[in-house]
Amino acid sequence: MKVNLRVWRQRGPDSPGEFKNYEAADLNPNMSFLEMLDVVNDRLASRGEEPIAFAHDCREGICGTCCLNINGKPHGPGRAIATCQTYMRSFRDGDTITIEPFRAKPFPILKDLVVDRSAFDRIMQSGGYVSVRTGAAPDGNSIPISKEIADRAMDAAQCIGCGACVAACKNASAMLFVSAKVSQLSLLPQGRPERHRRVLSMVAKMDEEGFGNCTVTGSCAAVCPKEVSLDFITRMNRDYLAALMHEAVGRAAGKEGGAG
Amino acid sequence: MKLEAKTPPGPLAEKWKRHQGSIKLVSPNNKRRYEVIVVGTGLAGASAAASLSELGYRVKAFCFHDSARRAHSIAAQGGINAAKNYQNDGDSVYRLFHDTIKGGDFRAREANVHRLAEVSVRIIDQCVAQGVPFAREYGGLLANRSFGGAQVSRTFYARGQTGQQLLLGAYSALCKQVGSGAVQLFPNTEMLDLVLIDGQAKGIITRNINTGAVERHAADAVILATGGYGNVFNLSTYARGSNATAIWRAYRRGAGFANPCFTQIHPTCIPVRGDYQSKLTLMSESLRNDGRCWVPKKQADHRPPGQIPEDERDYYLERMYPAYGNLAPRDIASRAAKRVCDEGRGVGTSGLGVYLDFSDSINRLGLKTIKERYANLFDIYHEITGEDAYQAPMRIFPAVHYTMGGLWVDYNLMSNVPGLFVLGEANFSDHGANRLGASALMQGLADGYFVIPYTIGDYLASVKPGTTPKTDAAAFTTAEKETQERVQRLLSIRGKRNVSYFHKQLGKILWDGCGMARNQAGLEKALQAIPELRAEFWKDVNVLGESLSMNQSLEVAHRVADFLELGEVMCMDALTRTESCGCHFREESQEAGECKRDDERFAHAAVWEFKGDGQKPERHTESLNYEFTTLATRSYK
Amino acid sequence: MKPLQLLLQSSIGKKVIMGATGAALVLFVIGHLVGNLQIFLPKEKINAYAHLLHSSAGVLWAVRLGLVAIVGLHVWAAISLTAQNKAARPVNYVEGTRPYAASWASRYMFHTGLVIAAFVVYHLLHYTAQLPVANLLPSTHPAKDFNQLLVTTGAQSGYRDVHAMLIAGFQQPIVSLFYLIAIGLLCLHLSHGMTAMFQSLGVQEGVWRTRLEKGAQVLAIALFAGYASIPIAVYLRIVQ
Repeated sequence: MKVNLRVWRQRGPDSPGEFKNYEAADLNPNMSFLEMLDVVNDRLASRGEEPIAFAHDCREGICGTCCLNINGKPHGPGRAIATCQTYMRSFRDGDTITIEPFRAKPFPILKDLVVDRSAFDRIMQSGGYVSVRTGAAPDGNSIPISKEIADRAMDAAQCIGCGACVAACKNASAMLFVSAKVSQLSLLPQGRPERHRRVLSMVAKMDEEGFGNCTVTGSCAAVCPKEVSLDFITRMNRDYLAALMHEAVGRAAGKEGGAG
Repeated sequence: MKLEAKTPPGPLAEKWKRHQGSIKLVSPNNKRRYEVIVVGTGLAGASAAASLSELGYRVKAFCFHDSARRAHSIAAQGGINAAKNYQNDGDSVYRLFHDTIKGGDFRAREANVHRLAEVSVRIIDQCVAQGVPFAREYGGLLANRSFGGAQVSRTFYARGQTGQQLLLGAYSALCKQVGSGAVQLFPNTEMLDLVLIDGQAKGIITRNINTGAVERHAADAVILATGGYGNVFNLSTYARGSNATAIWRAYRRGAGFANPCFTQIHPTCIPVRGDYQSKLTLMSESLRNDGRCWVPKKQADHRPPGQIPEDERDYYLERMYPAYGNLAPRDIASRAAKRVCDEGRGVGTSGLGVYLDFSDSINRLGLKTIKERYANLFDIYHEITGEDAYQAPMRIFPAVHYTMGGLWVDYNLMSNVPGLFVLGEANFSDHGANRLGASALMQGLADGYFVIPYTIGDYLASVKPGTTPKTDAAAFTTAEKETQERVQRLLSIRGKRNVSYFHKQLGKILWDGCGMARNQAGLEKALQAIPELRAEFWKDVNVLGESLSMNQSLEVAHRVADFLELGEVMCMDALTRTESCGCHFREESQEAGECKRDDERFAHAAVWEFKGDGQKPERHTESLNYEFTTLATRSYK
Repeated sequence: MKPLQLLLQSSIGKKVIMGATGAALVLFVIGHLVGNLQIFLPKEKINAYAHLLHSSAGVLWAVRLGLVAIVGLHVWAAISLTAQNKAARPVNYVEGTRPYAASWASRYMFHTGLVIAAFVVYHLLHYTAQLPVANLLPSTHPAKDFNQLLVTTGAQSGYRDVHAMLIAGFQQPIVSLFYLIAIGLLCLHLSHGMTAMFQSLGVQEGVWRTRLEKGAQVLAIALFAGYASIPIAVYLRIVQ
């Protein structure tokens, strides 16, 4: 099969970018989208043009590295997939495919289709953990956790940190990403002692990084490769309010607040 | 080359305890005066970096990924072993130890493996405390499943994402330390050389992938936790970025490379479809719990699977290995698949595939249960092949999956280069000639959480605190210059062939000559072809772009250049080891298709020492003494 | 940071303010409709109701100022959140952000809000301030403006005839049309706004997500039907 690519090319973070057109012929419909780009890149290199930079690693939909916006949709046309799980059979022979990087102020473009998503790491560093020292843990079975809670926490924990939620949201909001981690840890008894300070500091960091706000359009969950649910945003909002109340009550009682 | 295993004396079960009690310690207020470099942020690297910084060491952690959460540990689907015996099915530390030693076909160090089994128990506790959402039973307690190579149920899991969840646990611990300023994190940074001062590892040379800047980093000790080298085969279940550059550069600086030919082929992967393919996808081995492997009894039987009647099917694993059946260890299951395909009974258009059939389990347990257990795997299969495995059996074929070989380390996980520690898949230590399922996660976390925090002190206590070298030391200048020259050399060739060509060629040479079955003629052929290909690479490779910017072709060129050297040593190792053991199957050494070990001559780890470019590396051995287990023929029949 | 500061400055805090003020305004919109629907009763009823509302200047102004404050907060939060949202994507995709799974209402909250705000201003000038220039009575109408529409009999004698005012107001087609459009947009705004409010206040989860979403839509449609019935009834001369 043959497709026409319209690819965003940008030399570096501060260079202006533009769309370039490439014809990709002799493709196999069973190729993955990234394998198609490999082929295109090989052909570009063979004629002395610099290959298209794009982020990828595991190529099995779990590492969260790949991040292309394909025909306006993060990760491509399928449901619950990462870019690497998009296959050429999802397109028709002769299609024109527009490939753009994820666009958001907190995700600056580094080169071509590669963006910097370190803002996510900084949010995690601000509180996305349980403060437990290595070696200090009690037996794994010492606190029973109902299957429902464990499964729910797992639903949230599935997030691969790819940033598609931000890329799809009209406000470039990171609420789905942040709420997945906040919810996973606030659901589990191990994460509950720190739940107030965690949600306050992670949300503060999220705001500081310049992400937009949630207007509940649902686009984030619709493109999420792991189908993380909007319900976790609700949960996080509730956790946030609870943390504010806790703070307010703590202050009123003259105790030190929990926000730390 | 001095290979002192430093295995502590005493009874097997006492060794680690005694060792912990007797090795040197660094006092708390001195710890902050030591700088430790950790390269790699997978399970081993992230857990080590977090744990060491919790102790007070100043840690610099490096990864080439854009985030520390993306290392390929995430891809492990099935689970993590631990000798908890929550199932009351007779599991124990000793049994896990014994299964691992036996699974490794008696080519691993007993004391290391026993320690691994001992600390396995604490790993689960640690991960639960971090908020890893392991699967639970209705009563709220941790659930287990069984896995290949074991007759007990000791595998803990988090849906089909165990690796991901464990890594996120370790990553969160690392985030905590980075957030508090205790760890300095360098993502997008790959290590291109190791710096030795007075024969001790004192730093690394890195290249920033985003900017191309080559930088120097000094420390009192260097830890490599950079994973395996399976991408030497080009097609594998590894992430595309996984590479051997860090350990290979260390090898070139004097670290011994042990058992490079021990590469594991995983039995349940999606078969190859075309030459454009960049990667092979693994279907978790846990599928073999409920799936039955079969091929038609007749050769070249091209009927659709549903039309092949029961009595014309060969459930070959159940036939050949009745005791373990479909749960036979990986190397055995892989070779059995290869054997039936070699007999012309393989399925699919290429004939390189076998069926993994769930219809019996679906009938027995119901579709709902099967979906609950494996839905994500069936989804992956559907995505890649466009086929529905609930309706028709999956087609699977073995693929390169893990490397048991790696840098040689002693009981303290220190290589023969003082101050250079190697953790996780990057070292050779625990899995012998074959790794059991769900043991890689266990080893990575054991090394990072529970071994290195103790054993690094034994080395650092002998280093005067506050003597971290400056990065303007001569050794750094030289190493950086060499790295820069190499970068320039790669960029200046501007030949006719792309890097991918060389990688594919190398992969083909190795898969043919040093793959699932090896023989002298094939290995000798490979040993001739690889140097030729390498010479062609350095003459004719085409790497475009510039050094001081993001340049993905350049990144890959570095890695492939190293693979071109490593592949050769792999073949040398395979050629020299004229026995079959675990995954290393020499056709000359077999008994009715099974591995025939030669314990007299090969009960040792083969350790290769770099002797300079163009020189044959020197083979050393560390003999393996089995004091607590009897060297038995591995039988899963 | 202090809790109040967080409420006013964080993204979630502002959404909570948005949701809480929105909830208060929804209650007002419901109450207002209930009052207005008295137009279908004998005309004394609605005039008595209007009289009651104006009976205490203190209460009236307290409520009015309260409403102004609520609207003010709602608008402030909207402007502030929207500005941040715009800033979060300085360079948009070549064909804009595609609305995956996003309803029309959810994507154009700010725009519908602007039209509603314009309508509210006019509506206040029209019926509350009764500015003659805003009355826009048809030239055929006997009265020149609302000032001439007074109750002549009964307890409200001498007061403004609200019943007549409503009918007179809606006899001008352009006014009725603007009214219908604005009410339509208001109800679209509410259909998503209520959903978002339940989300922001942390109650819309699991089965309640669908229930509350559906509930919000039903309420929005009911409100539209209720409000629209008045100018339509006037047009069809059901009320006179």
